[in-house]
Amino acid sequence: MNLRQRLYLVEVLSGLGLTAAHFFRNMGRHIARALGWSGVSGAVTIQYPEERRPYSPRLRSLHRLVRREDGSPRCVACMMCETVCPAHCIYIVADEHPNPEIEKVPRRFDIDLGKCVFCGYCVEACPEDAIRMDTGILEFSSYSRGGMIYTKEMLLSLEPAHADGRPRAPIPLPANRRP
Amino acid sequence: MMTELGIAFGRVAFMMFFVLNVAALLGWVERKQSAIMQDRIGANRAAIFGVRALGLFHPLADTLKMLTKEDFRPARADRLLFELAPFVSVFFALVAFASIPFGDTLHVAGRSVPLQAVTLNVGILYVFAMLSLGVYGVMMAGWSSANNFALLGGQRAAALMISAEIAIGASIMGVIMIHGSLNLMEIVRGQGQLLWGWLPAWGILTQPLAFVLFVTAGIAATKRIPFDMPEGESEIIGYFVEYSGMKFGMFLMTDMVETIVLAGLSTSLFLGGWQIPYLVADGFRFPWGAVIALPPLVVTVLQVGAFMTKVAVVIFVLMLIRWTLPRFRYDQAMRLGWLGLFPLSIANIVLTGLVLIAWGHR
Repeated sequence: MNLRQRLYLVEVLSGLGLTAAHFFRNMGRHIARALGWSGVSGAVTIQYPEERRPYSPRLRSLHRLVRREDGSPRCVACMMCETVCPAHCIYIVADEHPNPEIEKVPRRFDIDLGKCVFCGYCVEACPEDAIRMDTGILEFSSYSRGGMIYTKEMLLSLEPAHADGRPRAPIPLPANRRP
Repeated sequence: MMTELGIAFGRVAFMMFFVLNVAALLGWVERKQSAIMQDRIGANRAAIFGVRALGLFHPLADTLKMLTKEDFRPARADRLLFELAPFVSVFFALVAFASIPFGDTLHVAGRSVPLQAVTLNVGILYVFAMLSLGVYGVMMAGWSSANNFALLGGQRAAALMISAEIAIGASIMGVIMIHGSLNLMEIVRGQGQLLWGWLPAWGILTQPLAFVLFVTAGIAATKRIPFDMPEGESEIIGYFVEYSGMKFGMFLMTDMVETIVLAGLSTSLFLGGWQIPYLVADGFRFPWGAVIALPPLVVTVLQVGAFMTKVAVVIFVLMLIRWTLPRFRYDQAMRLGWLGLFPLSIANIVLTGLVLIAWGHR
């Protein structure tokens, strides 16, 4: 260390100058914004529940089951996703589809989100493009493990997110997920 | 008799009101100022009926939280000392402010009321005595908690206090030599004089080295960052590790009150106290001859306002230091106290003495 650094006081003052400059710059911006003079924010904070950072379109969020024109699931219960899932969180029970053109339909399609690792393999594996992870919903928590199991009906009711990543559909609440 | 009592009570009540409210507010100031310094927003969620008021309700919410928390005492703690420690700590911090003047002597209806809570002719000694006694609360807390980390914190506080106290005492000797008095009111009044007819004789101009030494040692005495080894929240939690609820809150309050005392003391000793440059008892008298006459009451209000503004500015600077510098290591702080501040204070005394002799002072 040279003498200037050993004296300490000079370096302290330069440090204080830096933080004080930040303070007065940000304070000025806060005041200017409160008075409506400028829109520059004095802070880099994103106030989360009210404001959201735009999500990437590639974000893997809560799954949804894609519907056909008539509202029935596009899924044909081929078990590809269940097989590829490294976390074994998908549970499918197949059923005959009333339409003879279509092979099968899932009677049950449960995803245990408590186990899901959000790898997106199910989306990759699906030959029918029946499952997607584009809802933009990230806030699904529960007070019980059972509350983390999302059923076919809940997954079918979800919508893709807006272009900026904001979720379009409200988060479906299972009956046992009340606080 | 009743009037005398009322006036005395009023002086104390005003001081108490000022110190306690500013201490409560300082928690908010600290959070907000640090947030703005760090490009953040800071606490703004506490609301009453949807009114957030820039997070001003957070001190209230914090206090309510602390009051409703469990008041825990470790099984092997010394019961009396453990319960007593936070009260000792906060008591001595609060009474330390008593002899700091917040305005000139007020002459109303044939009475003269000195605007300070208690008039003492050894005011400085009193303030330092109270500040040093405050460390007993910390040591008691550290000792009685039956926790090794608390004990370490208390022991560090004691060591730090001794090294800081000596530097504080030695650094203000220059100010006392200039004014020839231990009475804070006299010292502030002395700073109203003008050097060469135009420069206010504030302590920061007559004793610049002492000012730096005093503020440094003062921050060490208040045990705040960068001298927070007694607390050292990332290594030992410190002397209050076993405290919870409002007793912990009282230690926090002690911190805040000590900051105000330090700010008040630096203002009185080095920044001219309640003095406004060129303001005398009957109005402004500028060195170039202009005169603005003011009624005595307006002058008093201006002086009290000036004192509070100066205290606020000093608190701002103290907070700035607290949120800029990292913590000293224990040995670094000791070295700074004993090998840095103390010899420099002694040098300052010698230098001041030589200058005073050369000046033909007394």
